[in-house]
Amino acid sequence: MDITSHTHHISQQYNIELDDIKTHLSEMGGMAERQVNDAIAAMMEVDMDKAQQVVRGDNKVNAMEVSIDEECVRILAKRQPAAGDLRLVIAVTKAITDLERIGDEAAKIARQAMALGRDGAAPRGYVEMRHIGQHVSRMLHDSLDAFARLDLEVALKVVQTDKTVDLEYSTAMREMITYMIEDPRSITRVLNIMWSLRSLERIGDHARNIAQYVVYLVMGEDVRHGSYEEIEEQVHQETDKD
Amino acid sequence: MLETTDAVANRDTETDAVQAPEQAHAGYEPDQQQPFDTSESLAMENETVKLEVKDLNLYYGQDRALKNISLQIPEKKVTAFIGPSGCGKSTLLRCFNRMNDLVDSCRIDGEILLDGDDIYAPGVDAAELRRQVGMVFQKPNPFPKSIYENVAYGLRLQGVKSKRVLDTVVENSLRGAALWDEVKDRLHDNAFGLSGGQQQRLVIARAIAIEPEVILLDEPASALDPISTLKIEELIYELKDKYTIVIVTHNMQQAARVSDYTAFMYMGDLIEFGDTDTLFTNPAKKKTEDYITGRYG
Repeated sequence: MDITSHTHHISQQYNIELDDIKTHLSEMGGMAERQVNDAIAAMMEVDMDKAQQVVRGDNKVNAMEVSIDEECVRILAKRQPAAGDLRLVIAVTKAITDLERIGDEAAKIARQAMALGRDGAAPRGYVEMRHIGQHVSRMLHDSLDAFARLDLEVALKVVQTDKTVDLEYSTAMREMITYMIEDPRSITRVLNIMWSLRSLERIGDHARNIAQYVVYLVMGEDVRHGSYEEIEEQVHQETDKD
Repeated sequence: MLETTDAVANRDTETDAVQAPEQAHAGYEPDQQQPFDTSESLAMENETVKLEVKDLNLYYGQDRALKNISLQIPEKKVTAFIGPSGCGKSTLLRCFNRMNDLVDSCRIDGEILLDGDDIYAPGVDAAELRRQVGMVFQKPNPFPKSIYENVAYGLRLQGVKSKRVLDTVVENSLRGAALWDEVKDRLHDNAFGLSGGQQQRLVIARAIAIEPEVILLDEPASALDPISTLKIEELIYELKDKYTIVIVTHNMQQAARVSDYTAFMYMGDLIEFGDTDTLFTNPAKKKTEDYITGRYG
């Protein structure tokens, strides 16, 4: 079924309203993406100013969540959307919650970066940070892209990448623990890195959630809590039909 | 009288739609080659089938108003028919108690089974059928009599004379139609003194007084204010414990609220029939999606 555009309503105003929440979601997504990338950069480059900026910027992401939420509630109250339109509004309200959390995690990373800026860089963990950071940043970008273009294949890729990230995260954790045992003096600073890695891993989970909303939006199937294989099977059943 | 004029008006809209499909509904292409397969999307195995329509075609003169309709209406559930004006939903509803018999040019082939028996078979008494299958119209049409006599009318026709029986039935029917508390002190006042919403519930009370098995509702709330509409919807919800209900409505939210199953019709075709929750969140056909989301295809 073609729901690539939420247009062609008899009411032009309704078209505009639905279009607006999609545009605003993209804007908020772009904002969250920038926050994440800046937080990672602040960490890697030990850039206090940038970290400070990310912490302050979280407010904007929060405000955006509130305002998009209001728009969605207004549409629900006034238009009683059905079918694909309803799924769009629901998927947007869910996606902005995840984006807001992503913003929170980015701010957390920035705070860890500031702590490390004061105490001196950690002896280990930057390679892992950079590596997982790249993965997660890509996932977030792709999940937003999938949402904007209603692209199931891209959404599926995000869900798959999340498995890789989880795996790399637990490997990194083991390494950090080993290092802390070897050199107890570095525990505080290594912990800062561990919290940041944890935040990155959470951002990956949120990006995966957004990708799953794309599947819901396009197919009307709730694939949360499904394994990658189950989701893949459902998506391919759907795409084979076309 | 109302029935006949209504049917004629309905026939006119059907005719227009059939003759001028391009102008009236640009963008829609009814796919007649693929009649909707109800078995595909419907888990009806837990339901008892009350009414079954098999390959029904209906003609008004030369115009085919219903095209190969097949569907099953489950017992003690609410089934809603939705679709644009002239799509044939009222015509189909009228077939269930042979109201179309009153239209001269109307011709039907195919079968409609009520509990497995063809209601169009020779020898079926239409009056008896209409006792089993009651109907309520868009505009409330109480008789110019008292509230009491309106409800008791059907029973008096059947020859019931006992005041005790009549009193009981009138009270129970009015209670069933959620009207008793509002009218119990003025049962012998003229029914025209009631508000539109009350009149509509009175007509429903009149319909259930003769204990039908199926109640057909043709836009029962479209002439009512929002509060009366909600009362009727609440009543429909209560009535489905005892009766099989089929409702035609232009108000899609109403169909979504009150019905268990929904059929979407377009230009005489049954496009999609499915459980209401699925049809309104994830319809299988693009035409259904376009209609319920307010698009012009």
